Order: sequence, then C-alpha cells, then structure tokens
Amino acid sequence: MIKFKLNGKSVTYEGDSSKPLLWFVREDAELTGSKFGCGVAMCGACTMHLNGNPVRACSTPISMVDGGSVTTIEGLESKTAKAVQTAWQDLDVVQCGYCQSGQIMSAVALLEKNNKPTDEDINAAMDGNLCRCATYHRIRKAIHNASKSLAKEA
Amino acid sequence: MNFSRFVPQKQNLSRREFLKVSSLAAGAGFAIGSVPLVAGEATPAVQQGLGHFIKVTSDSLVTVVIKHLDKGQGVTTGLTAIVAEEMDADWSQMRWEFAPADATKYNNLFFGPVQGTGGSTAIANSWMQLRQAGAAAKHMMVKAAAKRWQVAPAEVTVAEGKIKHKSGKTLSFGDVASDVAKMTAPEKPNLKDPKDFKLIGSNIPRIDSPEKTKGKANYTLDVNQPGMLKAVIIHPPLFGATIKSLDKSEALKMKGVKAVVQTPRGVGIVADSYWTATQARQVVKIDWDESAAEKRGSKELWKSYKTMAREEGQVVRNDGDVTKAFKEAAKTINLEFEFPYLAHSAMEPMNCAVQIKEGQCDIWTGSQIPTVDQGVAASVVGLTPDKVNIHTQFAGGSFGRRAVPNADFVLDAVLIAKLSGLDAPINLQWSREDDMQAGYYRPMTYQEMKASFDDKGELSGWHQRVVSQSILRGTPFAGMIQGPLDMTLVEGGHNLPYAMDNIKVDGHEASVGVPVLWWRSVGHTHNAYSTEVFLDEVARTMGKDPVQFRLERLKEHPRHAGVLKLAAEKAGWGKKLPKNKAQGVAVHESFSSFVAEVAEVTVNDDGTYSVDKIVCAVDCGIAITPDVIKAQMEGGIGYGLGSCMSEAVTLTDGKVDQANFYNYFPMRMSKMPEIEVHIVQSGESPTGVGEPGTPPAGPAVANALRKFLKKPLTKLPFGDRLDLA
Ligand code: FES
Ligand code: FES
Repeated sequence: MIKFKLNGKSVTYEGDSSKPLLWFVREDAELTGSKFGCGVAMCGACTMHLNGNPVRACSTPISMVDGGSVTTIEGLESKTAKAVQTAWQDLDVVQCGYCQSGQIMSAVALLEKNNKPTDEDINAAMDGNLCRCATYHRIRKAIHNASKSLAKEA
Repeated sequence: MNFSRFVPQKQNLSRREFLKVSSLAAGAGFAIGSVPLVAGEATPAVQQGLGHFIKVTSDSLVTVVIKHLDKGQGVTTGLTAIVAEEMDADWSQMRWEFAPADATKYNNLFFGPVQGTGGSTAIANSWMQLRQAGAAAKHMMVKAAAKRWQVAPAEVTVAEGKIKHKSGKTLSFGDVASDVAKMTAPEKPNLKDPKDFKLIGSNIPRIDSPEKTKGKANYTLDVNQPGMLKAVIIHPPLFGATIKSLDKSEALKMKGVKAVVQTPRGVGIVADSYWTATQARQVVKIDWDESAAEKRGSKELWKSYKTMAREEGQVVRNDGDVTKAFKEAAKTINLEFEFPYLAHSAMEPMNCAVQIKEGQCDIWTGSQIPTVDQGVAASVVGLTPDKVNIHTQFAGGSFGRRAVPNADFVLDAVLIAKLSGLDAPINLQWSREDDMQAGYYRPMTYQEMKASFDDKGELSGWHQRVVSQSILRGTPFAGMIQGPLDMTLVEGGHNLPYAMDNIKVDGHEASVGVPVLWWRSVGHTHNAYSTEVFLDEVARTMGKDPVQFRLERLKEHPRHAGVLKLAAEKAGWGKKLPKNKAQGVAVHESFSSFVAEVAEVTVNDDGTYSVDKIVCAVDCGIAITPDVIKAQMEGGIGYGLGSCMSEAVTLTDGKVDQANFYNYFPMRMSKMPEIEVHIVQSGESPTGVGEPGTPPAGPAVANALRKFLKKPLTKLPFGDRLDLA
C-alpha cells in the first residue's frame, strides 16, 4: 500500500504502482486543477510539488511519492503562492488557462527557493512549462511583480 | 452522411432582428433576446423563437449568454462588457454562461444559419446584437422605475448598476426585474453614443481570471458525470489506412476494460480510468490495410509541388500586364518559399465527452462550431439535432483545431459510445501523440515570388504563385469556395494592398491525402510571410528604406499606413543599433484588422540569434477591451514566431515524423521576446483580434535577420542557428 500526504491530508493507494501520480490525483482524488498536456514531462501542465520540489506528475509513478507530501494547485496556501496568484490576476496573465495551474506551480516553487529571480532564473525554471497561448511575456512580469510584493511584505 | 445543411451561407448582415422580453421562472427576473424577423412576414413566430442573451435576476445579477467558444481569446469578457456598457451595469454584477447549441438563436450572423466561432468574428458579429439587447434592457428598466415612482422616464438615469431619480431615490436592477418581464421590448432602442462609453475601452479585468488562476476552470478533460468512463482511440498509422483485422482479446481480459470497438475511424477502448484505457491500448493488435493510404513523404510532396509550380495556376488577380513587364524588364528577382505543415497543438489535446441515453445525446466539449458537432452526432446516433445537447466547456486552446468540418474528435467519441452500446457517459481523451499525428495541419505550401524592374530601376511587375492544399474542397464547407480556386490559398496575397501597376497572383490546389485545416490566421500565415519578405527584397534592390517604401505605396490604404507609422515611431525605426542587432518590419491586414510589427534581433557570430523585442501596432476598430486585445497580440506574436522559428510537421513515407513536444518545438519562455502593443484610436466597428497578430511576426523577424544573411530566409522554420556563410 502506498501512503502519502495530498494537500496536507493522508491518502492511500493500492493497485498498479506504475500509475502516474497525475491520474491518481485527477481521477481517484478528483482534484482536476492539474492538467494533462503531453504525458512525457515535456509541457509542465501537470506540475505539482513533491516535498516542495516541482515534479511532472504525468511521468511520476505513484510508487515514487510513497511517504512523501504532494501539493497541487488546489492545496496552495503559502504566502508566496498568494503573491503569485495575486500577481497573475492583476496582470490578467491567463488566456485559455489550460497551462496555468502548471505555470503557477512552477513559479511558486521558483520563488520559494529564490525570492529575487533574474530573467535567466525565470527562463531556467519556466522553460519546461509550455503555453500555446504564449502568455510568457506576462508570466515573466507576474513573477517579477510577485517577487517585489514579497520583498515589501518581508 | 449529409452535411449540406451545415454549409455556411453567404454573410448576412442586413437581417433585421427585433427584441423580445420574457420572464424567468417564478418571477425571478427577465430575459431578453432577439428573434430573426424574416422580411415580409407579418407576424413572426415570436413565441417559439426566443433567443436569450441577457438574464437579469432579482438579486440584480446580469448574466450574458455567450454564443461563442472561449478558447482563450477572452470573448466571455468582451461580450459581457458590451452588454454591461449599454445597460450601464456595474462590472461586479456581471456574470456569463455559454449558450447551448441552437443555431436558430445563437448563429454567427456572418456565417448564416450556423453557430460558430472562427475567422476572428465573435466580437464583430455580436456587436450590434448585444448592444441592442443591452440598450433595450436599460430602456425598459428606466420605464419600469419611472412608473413605480410616478415620474417621467426622462428624469430617470442609470449609472454603475443603479437606477436613479433626480430626487435622490434609487432602485436596483433586481428591484424592477419582475416589472420588466411583463413589458414589451422597444423596437429600436437608443444606443449609446460611443463617446459616452465608460466600460468599453477601459481596462476591465478578464472575467475568467480568478477561476483560471486557481485551477477551478472546467475543461472537457475535467468533465466528470456520475459513472463516467474514460476512452482512448487508436487512429490509423497512415492517412487513409483502414483496419484489416483486429484482435481485442488481450485488452478485454484486463481489469477495468469495458469495451473495445472498431469504428470507421479507428479502434476505441473504454475503461474505468484513463490509465487503464491507455494500458489496454498497448495490447490491442491491429493489422492495417495501407493500400489506399497516402504514402508520399515531405520530400516527394515538395517535388510534386515544384513541378506544379512550373505551370500557371488559377489566376485570381491580374492587373496591368505582368507578362509585358517581365519581358521588358531590365532586371528581375525571384524567391522560392517553403512552408511546412504545422500542428495546432493546443495545450489540451482534443477530447469530447458523450452520453447516449434514452433517446438523447449529451455532449460536453469545447465546441467551436456547435451546429456541425450537433449535426454530425445526430446523424451517427440516429436522432434529430434537437435531441443532441451540447454543453460547451472552456477549451484549452484551439487556434482553429476545434472547428472541424467533419467534427473529427466529436465523431470519435460519439462512434465509440454508439458502437459500444454503453449508456454510461464516456470521456474520450486523445494523447498528445494522437493529437499531433491524427492530422488537420496548416497546409504545407510552396510559393514562387517574382518581381521585375524597368530600366530606371522602378518596380514594374509582381507575380506570386502559390501551390498548396485546399482547406475547404471536399468538405461540407466547400460551398464557401466561390471561384475556381479556394481563396484560403492566396488570402493576403491576392489582395496585396501596395500600389503596383502590374500584378498577378495565381494558385494550384495540390491533392494530398493529409487532412488540413485553418490554423490561426489560415492562408495569411504563409502569404503575409512571402509577400512581406519579398517586398523587403524589392525595397532592398531599389535601395529604399522598408518603411518609406511601404508608405509610398499605401496611400490608398490609410489604416495599413496608420499602424505602420505608429509601430515604426514607437520602435524608433532607423535608430542606431550595435553591429550585432537589427530591426525588421512587416504590416498585414487579416480579418479586417490591421497590424504592423517591428522586430529587433541580435545575431551572434556562431549564427545563434534572439528576437529581443517586437513593437506592435493594431487597428481593430473600437477597442472594446484594450487589455484583452493586447494579450491577443502578444499571444498571436508568440504563436506565429514559434512556428517560423522552430515548428514543422514532416512526413516520411506518409507517416508523420513528429509525435510530441520532444520533436515538435513550440515557443518557450526563453525564446519569447519582449512585446509592446499600441492600439490605434478608432471609431470604426470592432473587428477581430484572435488571429491578426500572428501573420506579421515571422516576416518582421525574417526581415531583421536578413541584414546578417546572404539571402532572405525562405525555408521555414529558421531553426536555432542561421547560416551566416
Ligand atoms: S502532461 Fe506532464 S509534463 Fe506534459
Ligand atoms: S493560457 Fe492557454 S496554454 Fe497557456
């Protein structure tokens, strides 16, 4: 039996241990904020945090999260997350919105490790998150704005 | 299947409409819609034909019914803003919902009796319709309040969602909603003078931002009805291949697998979860019959396109005497352009949920042409279209992909549901590989451009030849082809705005078994590129500045010239730049909007390069939601640029070489330029913005990169490294 924390709550899973975390979260736990875009860790639409690090849930077998702690877009509540989501809304970053849960998860993970990212840092952290609507320009601005608002709060 | 009834008719702008009020259930408020009034008909069928566009409930919430699909272009915000403006509502009381499929109420006024979103028409065709509905609602609320207060309507005003009398008394929309429900709508409500617009033109926030930022917006992927099963499909490996034999025994043995069905389009697998269905897919054994399949690869196709280009095609424009101009030319130049197939690759791979039960068919999907999807489903299931209920979901992008003449992914889902005989709801999800390899691409296109110059060095002739696949021919939309050539091949080329005495444009429709479709801005994707890059080459040959050269020839086209001047000015056109940097420009009209873009690039000694900045100017008439327009320009630029820099679908022996984002390369964060968008102030009717940002991006960048190259970039995509030798 596989046991882990999902957004702070304990969950258990029995069955095919190669099943990707994404499908457990979406279909078994019925949290549908994380999306499916490629299934091969090339687009970032499924990004979640595993023990604080961004992972591509479509390519993470559920066996790998045993004993760990998983956060999805539904479970975001840190100060950083709030700053990111506020910045996102202030700039109206979203278009179709499909990639945005993944974008936000990657951005929050970046800012939690590095609260003053440079453009280069942003490229490195965000290049794995595709956005076919090409909202990159606003994502970059929103990350900088969130960083500034966090600095002000501190 | 007979699709003829879904064929769009000619544009029908003149149809008169009149407004109709009705009450919502249990006196909860009023609704307002329009009924088409057929000329000459004395008493139209008012009672049955109600189209509800606005609902006002007793809690003062105003819900706008959105007849278009929101696939990211922000139409839910734009259409809601139009109604809020005419009603003088407060933005916070505005709500929206997607309309059901019903072309009698919710047709696109530009498409005839078809409900659909495309060609950047959502705002343009709804503009007057929703303004009238909003104005009528306000007119009646004023009348109702005046009656309540026993005052003259002229003493009553509405502002920010409040109805006010000069004495200081106020009422809310909800207070008068039930009175309005009993009234008759004015035939010709007074529309606001555009100079009094408060919301339109201001930066109202996107109405869908909060839910999309919190992961709460629902897409087809997320549709989860009680007892819902999941399905996947295996399509043929080659276009046109069919199933010879199918062995489903292993798959059926797997726990959780509910059905494996052979459909005319492939093999569908239904299971209790997506993961189970995906695993079952691996053990289904299919023997394919490839005898009738398209087996040519890109190499063979280029060869045949080039052979076709040796002959003259269907001539769609022939001004002056091009033959003479070339015969008498002192100099000629020519370029050959190669544009590959492109995948839309919307972030949400195609999907559709369906349930066939008790004589009804329910469909949940991001539906771009609900009339077609509904009709196709009805004929498969054997129902009348009114028994097919379409529940439109947010679409995770489309770029044209969700507007398919044969409703391909809807068809897949409905066929699986029908043939499996299951009455449980089934959500079909394509994988990324399915999405990339099942067809419907921007057509691969070959073009030849030629120009002649007289003995004074003046441009004397211009000739464009296009070889490409028709998007419309052989589809239910073939009725849109009006002459000998499908104009999607040449749009943006045949109507080149530049003043020239001798100009000829002709085209060949190639017949290839690869399915093609409109891809964000359709034929403009390649025609803006070929004409704007070639125009720079002409200017260069004549020793002229690209902006000056264009302006000289755009005297009859003030809106082209307007955006060009604005973009050039804002970008500091002609400013001094370091040796490794350059600027390039392109201007193009598509879908009645005008866009100019100035690109700034850096090229390194090893041939690597970056696009540093794009300055964009757009004229799309009255700017309803300026920030959404800016976002559409930014996104359109990123989409266009990504395709020119790194995207291509190629074929080997008929098989698509690309499968997923490890060998198909859209724009990513690190390559995205800084973008600055300027909107031309205009009093013209609003026109589309979803597509027009895309066409000029590639040629503007190519024209900037040209400074470092021996020849212009004519073979797309550019790739990561330029050939500087
Ligand atoms: S779906 Fe996981 S990275 Fe694309
Ligand atoms: S917002 Fe549409 S894919 Fe990113």
